[in-house]
Amino acid sequence: MDHIRAHVLICAGTGCVSSGAKKVEAAFREQLAQKGLDKEIKVVETGCHGFCEMGPLVIVYPEGVFYVRVQEEDVKDIVETHLFKGRIVERLLYKEPMTLEKVPNYSDISFYKKQMRMVLANCGHINPEIIEEYVAEGGYAALGKVLTEMTPESVVDEVKKSGLRGRGGGGFPTGMKWGFTRNAQGTKKYVVCNADEGDPGAFMDRSVLEGDPHRVIEGMAVCGYAIGADEGYIYVRAEYPLAIKRLKVAIQQAEEMGLLGDNIFGSGFNFHIKIKEGAGAFVCGEETALLQSIEGKRGMPRSRPPFPAISGLWGKPTNINNVETFANIPQIINKGGDWYASIGTEKSKGTKVFALTGRINHTGLAEVPMGITMREIIYDIGGGIQNGKKFKAVQIGGPSGGCLPEEMLDLSVDYDSLIQAGAMMGSGGLVVMDETTCMVDVAKFFLNFTQSESCGKCTPCREGTKRMLEILTRITEGQGQEGDIEKLEKLAKNIKATALCGLGQTAPNPVLSTLRYFRHEYEAHIKEKRCPAGACAKLAAYNITEACKGCGLCKKVCPVEAISGEVKGLHVIDQAVCIKCGACMAKCPFKAITKG
Amino acid sequence: MKTVEDLKRMREQLQSQNRLRHSGGTEIIVGMGTCGIAAGARAVMSAVLEEIAKRKLEDVKVCQTGCIGMCEREVLLDVVRPNEPRVTYGRVTPADVSKIIAEHVVNGRIVEELVVGKIVE
Repeated sequence: MDHIRAHVLICAGTGCVSSGAKKVEAAFREQLAQKGLDKEIKVVETGCHGFCEMGPLVIVYPEGVFYVRVQEEDVKDIVETHLFKGRIVERLLYKEPMTLEKVPNYSDISFYKKQMRMVLANCGHINPEIIEEYVAEGGYAALGKVLTEMTPESVVDEVKKSGLRGRGGGGFPTGMKWGFTRNAQGTKKYVVCNADEGDPGAFMDRSVLEGDPHRVIEGMAVCGYAIGADEGYIYVRAEYPLAIKRLKVAIQQAEEMGLLGDNIFGSGFNFHIKIKEGAGAFVCGEETALLQSIEGKRGMPRSRPPFPAISGLWGKPTNINNVETFANIPQIINKGGDWYASIGTEKSKGTKVFALTGRINHTGLAEVPMGITMREIIYDIGGGIQNGKKFKAVQIGGPSGGCLPEEMLDLSVDYDSLIQAGAMMGSGGLVVMDETTCMVDVAKFFLNFTQSESCGKCTPCREGTKRMLEILTRITEGQGQEGDIEKLEKLAKNIKATALCGLGQTAPNPVLSTLRYFRHEYEAHIKEKRCPAGACAKLAAYNITEACKGCGLCKKVCPVEAISGEVKGLHVIDQAVCIKCGACMAKCPFKAITKG
Repeated sequence: MKTVEDLKRMREQLQSQNRLRHSGGTEIIVGMGTCGIAAGARAVMSAVLEEIAKRKLEDVKVCQTGCIGMCEREVLLDVVRPNEPRVTYGRVTPADVSKIIAEHVVNGRIVEELVVGKIVE
């Protein structure tokens, strides 16, 4: 056997693959073979490191050097300079946006420093398609422990003790849910993993499934033992082909090793997992609709009770948890519920994975302890706002959540504080907005989303969200009327109180939270017919000021010939013709064109 | 896999596979500056890898470094055992490698006749 002296880890998550990771990997294999180094250096494909903005990412061990935005043509340099001669290729290192300092080491980068990577510990660290790598990191030890040393009741108690709450959004205590299903009447029970991640801008579950699928499988098997189920389903959307592929590989490998199947570890416990691909309807993330969909019916929610714990899949007691919830289970079993409960706040324990998107410098995935402030997530980990713009709001919790303004940035991030502030944890999507974002427009975007994803079963959601969307649309088009805000508030209240499922009950949240913190923007649209952020095209007007030197560039660039004026004379925009494209403003060398 | 013991055994066997990605262990550093390469550093490196493979050493990392300015003493090879000073050997040839590894890396006895210096941190 040859001694492997270095590992080259190449991120093969969806983000890095789309920025060229596969080509980089091929180039590494070719270069290493050519230099005769392929026997002593191993190339490893890993899951997502979370720092998607900087992909394709390459980490070289034993030094742990972190290379960013590596392209095919850079590979030769890394092989010759680093792998052969041991010199770091400085130009490919990550540079801190604030200090411009180059950081060679993975763990020293500000993006990772404040994180607490527990659920994501293996993501980007192991090859998700090789079960041996998971086992080497302590994988399946939790399953072994519960099957040989613990009773199902004590497993439920351990999860209760940990204080873990559902990571899909609702935040229901996981241990209690398991207890309900365990105590439900019936011999046939099911475990279901909800991987129907649908919030715009959210990709936590996808990254966990792509980067460490065995952790989720192990969590489900532990749950199966605890509640007395021998069958599990993973409901994952068909839009996640890589996650599905890796799950299939993982399930097959676990079956071959006897870690899934019949009589696991000779304990008499059987557990089988099936994958059900969803077609991507947002409402199927709602648990009762999801169960309908698995059964082959149209994905529509039904009223609860009975809860799935009593009557779920095919009428049998069913425990449904989110991907991240299951991914938390193995460490709770291995290290104990008390250890887990020591992390986080009084009522929100452990860590939460957030997907950072929008106008933020470090787009990517971050896992932080509960109770951290929003400011730390956005500025310390996220690296602040793009292009030096001013922060305006952060949308948390997807279409069911809310927007928080600057003054709420020091809010502790936990389930209860967020609800109080008019937002919610949701599944963990964070969309950051800067000063050029119009909050009425944002509310319209989310309502448009929930409106088109409404399944149409109940009237408040089907009709109510449509009416709200109509009002928002006319406000952004300058047709807002006195009393519109009150109408929105009344509709929102009624929809929240009467809609059948979570989708409808939370759909008005983006409107309510923007009204709470940005009411003045709504008023400016309605009363002054003005969009303060200058984002609503129909309300924008471009004007040429006295600073105009009459160079004529704007006149030339205008696609609809709306600008007139003599050379060296003040030019004028004909508002009736102008299509508000903004080309003139971008072109003007004297900053003489204003938008308002 | 039939029992939990099987899993444990398998994990122990596999752990060395991922060890490179965790910190800790003994480091062997070969000087691979232009001077080092010219003096035969690559052959020394190959000998190191061969010796480690032959002895099935698991907790050893092999790194390289550039020129530290003592070109006439190349090939330079450093050994850093956990919590011990960094010891630099000079004019190392492939034939010296097995002795350094057997004496110093495995048994912690410095091979005095080849030592150039010690760096205490």
